[in-house]
Amino acid sequence: MSAILDAKIPEGPLEKKWTIHKESLKTVSPANRKKMHIIVVGTGLAGASAAAALGEQGYRVNVFCMSDSPRRAHSVSAQGGINAAKNYRNDNDSVRRLFLDTLQGGDYRSREANVYRLAQVSNAIIDHCVALGVPFARDYAGYLDNRSFGGAQVSRTFYARGQTGQQLLLAVYSSLNRQVAAGNVTVHSREQMMDLVTENGQARGIMTRDMVTGRINAYPAHAVVLATGGYGNVYYLSTNAKHSNGSALVQCWKKGAFFANPSFVQIHPTCIPVHGEYQSKLTLMSESLRNEGRIWVPTRKEDVLALREGKIKPSDIPEERRDYYLERRYPSYGNLVPRDVASRAARERCDAGFGVGKTGRAVFLDLSGAIAKDGKACIESKYGNLFQIYEKITGDDPWKEPMQIYPAIHYTMGGLWVDYNLMTTVKGLYAIGEANFSDHGANRLGASALMQGLADGLFILPYTISDYLAGKIGEPCPDTATPPFVQVRGDVQKRIDRIMALKGNVPVDVFHRELGNMMWEHAGIAKSAEGLSSLISRLGALEERFRNEAGITGSQATVNQELEKAIHLEDYFTLAGLMVQDALHREESCGSHFRIESQTKDGETLRDDDRFQYVAAWEYKGQAEAPLLYREPLVYEETRMTERKYI
Amino acid sequence: MFFILKVWRQAGPRSRGHFQLFDMDGISGDTSFLEMLDILNNRLVSQGKETIAFDHDCREGICGACGLYINGRPHGPDDGITTCQLYMRRFRDGSVITVEPWRSAAFPVIKDLMVERKAFDKILQAGGFISANTGSAPEAHTTLIARKVAEESMDASACIGCGACVATCKNRSAMLFVASRVSSLALLPQGKPEAARRARAMVAKMDELGFGSCTNIGSCQMECPKNITITHIARLNREFLYRPG
Ligand SMILES: Cc1cc2nc3c(=O)[nH]c(=O)nc-3n(C[C@H](O)[C@H](O)[C@H](O)COP(=O)(O)OP(=O)(O)OC[C@H]3O[C@@H](n4cnc5c(N)ncnc54)[C@H](O)[C@@H]3O)c2cc1C
Ligand code: FES
Repeated sequence: MSAILDAKIPEGPLEKKWTIHKESLKTVSPANRKKMHIIVVGTGLAGASAAAALGEQGYRVNVFCMSDSPRRAHSVSAQGGINAAKNYRNDNDSVRRLFLDTLQGGDYRSREANVYRLAQVSNAIIDHCVALGVPFARDYAGYLDNRSFGGAQVSRTFYARGQTGQQLLLAVYSSLNRQVAAGNVTVHSREQMMDLVTENGQARGIMTRDMVTGRINAYPAHAVVLATGGYGNVYYLSTNAKHSNGSALVQCWKKGAFFANPSFVQIHPTCIPVHGEYQSKLTLMSESLRNEGRIWVPTRKEDVLALREGKIKPSDIPEERRDYYLERRYPSYGNLVPRDVASRAARERCDAGFGVGKTGRAVFLDLSGAIAKDGKACIESKYGNLFQIYEKITGDDPWKEPMQIYPAIHYTMGGLWVDYNLMTTVKGLYAIGEANFSDHGANRLGASALMQGLADGLFILPYTISDYLAGKIGEPCPDTATPPFVQVRGDVQKRIDRIMALKGNVPVDVFHRELGNMMWEHAGIAKSAEGLSSLISRLGALEERFRNEAGITGSQATVNQELEKAIHLEDYFTLAGLMVQDALHREESCGSHFRIESQTKDGETLRDDDRFQYVAAWEYKGQAEAPLLYREPLVYEETRMTERKYI
Repeated sequence: MFFILKVWRQAGPRSRGHFQLFDMDGISGDTSFLEMLDILNNRLVSQGKETIAFDHDCREGICGACGLYINGRPHGPDDGITTCQLYMRRFRDGSVITVEPWRSAAFPVIKDLMVERKAFDKILQAGGFISANTGSAPEAHTTLIARKVAEESMDASACIGCGACVATCKNRSAMLFVASRVSSLALLPQGKPEAARRARAMVAKMDELGFGSCTNIGSCQMECPKNITITHIARLNREFLYRPG
């Protein structure tokens, strides 16, 4: 088994591994690069940066996205910032400290060598983004500004107002555009990957559906890169964009790419609470607000009641009747504990009956102290757009009364298993960005997803993929008239026909919402063997109802958003089953994976390193059989594992 | 709440479109505009009818995908927001709401409320970038940039490429869109070397793609969900297009 799950971690001391490895990687000559075809699926930070970097090298790149323009990929919505170990604040930050914070933040369920490399390349990302014209926030002297994020005691987060993701994406999308103009990259927008084409265990290309004409198209390549983001939308309500989905991951899983740690899902503590039945998504209030904001609930139940009845306002509650529960429980990190810790603490207070808001499932995020201290103008310049978003959604003025927040599904640490080269278990198929499982273990630190996406796309994949392609020189690009392509084309057509034949009258959204509720209830902030087991039969029953009762209207030969939703929902059912199985098997708590059977007496996560210090990678065994578990043991050569403490 | 929706339906780029009326009852004021369309679409599915196609993704005002012409204004009656940030509490109970796609020759209708905005990508491909290869950047602090300049660059760079500026302009000009990118990059030292070439190439591409020219009316800045102002157009004109030599 270990032969299959060889992570290919290079020998040598931790700080030297990447350098040594890079030197050993083969390269491809400029003349040959022109003959090598690469497919990149996804144009978020990971995909767009990879496609641009590969284009710059002279490869022939086809890049795909579902939106009308690459610039709209979900990365655009990242608000808070991007980490790097620049130590511009002289607060004793370093590559090693960023590495250790990330490893500890992930509760020692990520790979030491990968995380170290991530920290190592972080600084070059900032340099490159500045060169591309990202208007990062600066101080009066013109130096780059930093803010703090959860899980760190140093200030290492770079930001561009509350629009960091948008600014970074605009930058790499511009680089992509430059390569389009240079003729190296072709963009296929509104074109959805429908399947991976493989031959003899190697990726040969992809099959797509043109989302405007419904046409099924085949694209061949020497290597395929998946950068399709995360699958948080399994839960229906999440902070992810509506079109974020897990379909490409499921397709690749079914074609032999192992899926790692599927149940590691991050729940973000600071989102606008759920308010209505028809709500279509949850909106994040950036974690950066926890820099200056303080989180609290009333200490007295009568205040909770009076608030709910509208008799008093939050600001009427005096200081001594407020429970700043994060500061109380975690004095050294306070409001800046990692996300999983903050989420569980919010749930704990609400379960105990101290939750505020109409539903009792909300806590206050209070910036009044910061506004009083620094002035409205200063806070507005940092967080103005977040205040605006909040006001528009809730109809309440956050400048007057504190915001109400509650945890929501946000990010998936799980994803396709990749080795140190970011290659999946299918040869020539790579996964980067949120789509892979690699660097965040059981919990991702804030501002580290953007860092990882760009690290993968700019500075890691371009080197490792060349090593693979060097072995393909002289091989022609696969022919799409050959049996592997013909077969997959037929499969995709059959699948679409099958979905179009659903002739009930219940909209797809209804089933998706139900799936989401179930998963949130039993596979969300807290999980138990009993709850998880109950999901198995309920998932089956729901899927059955979907097949019998769902209705798809319209035709497959034009834009059909119901068809698109149904494709994703089918895949969410598959993913949900896999997530439940993984969560059930991992009888420990770590990071955001909280099994109630495994907690300390203070209600904190309790790891079981003896039994579970490994990456769980699942192999697809067909519709009728349960997936098979492979383990990649996690070996910490240079790090002393500790209990994860934020007290 | 109750509304009468008058929605533009068009089967495809070459089909003739028409308005269709829908009664929308039982809508809570806390429903967003797009959620109201979701509800309508779900009702249509239940009746076995084809749903209304519209673009959307982030639903928090940052991806620029959504863009509807509501009661004669891009993104509806409020200033400084996108369609997905519009909530039904903003409308009078019982009112008629007209919903149309962007209308511009450069943005052909794909279906119903969905338009093709590839022209924006093409304008940016013509020069809306800084030509820095991956790996070639100097240390980030090599060049200091005054806070005021960085902030101004950020103001311009807030453009989300939704197309509201084009949809509202009587000339169907994309000048605010072009100016936002040109201005944002030209303000920064690292964007200066290519500034003039960038501006000229992007404006030429804009003209070629069938957008109109700017006659300084300023409706674009009224409708921009990110409050980008025409000062950036002035900078584009002054610095790069009409400077002799
Ligand atoms: C609201 C919010 C705020 C966040 N803020 C931060 C932050 O401040 N800092 C931080 O570090 N991280 C943040 N994150 C996390 C971070 O934004 C994401 O993890 C990251 O952007 C993912 O990037 P990506 O390139 O992997 O994928 P994405 O940006 O999700 O891109 C996926 C791409 O794949 C395409 N795609 C998907 N499926 C298919 C298919 N079948 N066929 C064709 N194309 C397909 C999509 O069209 C898209 O182009 C935030 C996340 C959210 C939800
Ligand atoms: S859906 Fe993204 S801006 Fe409206």
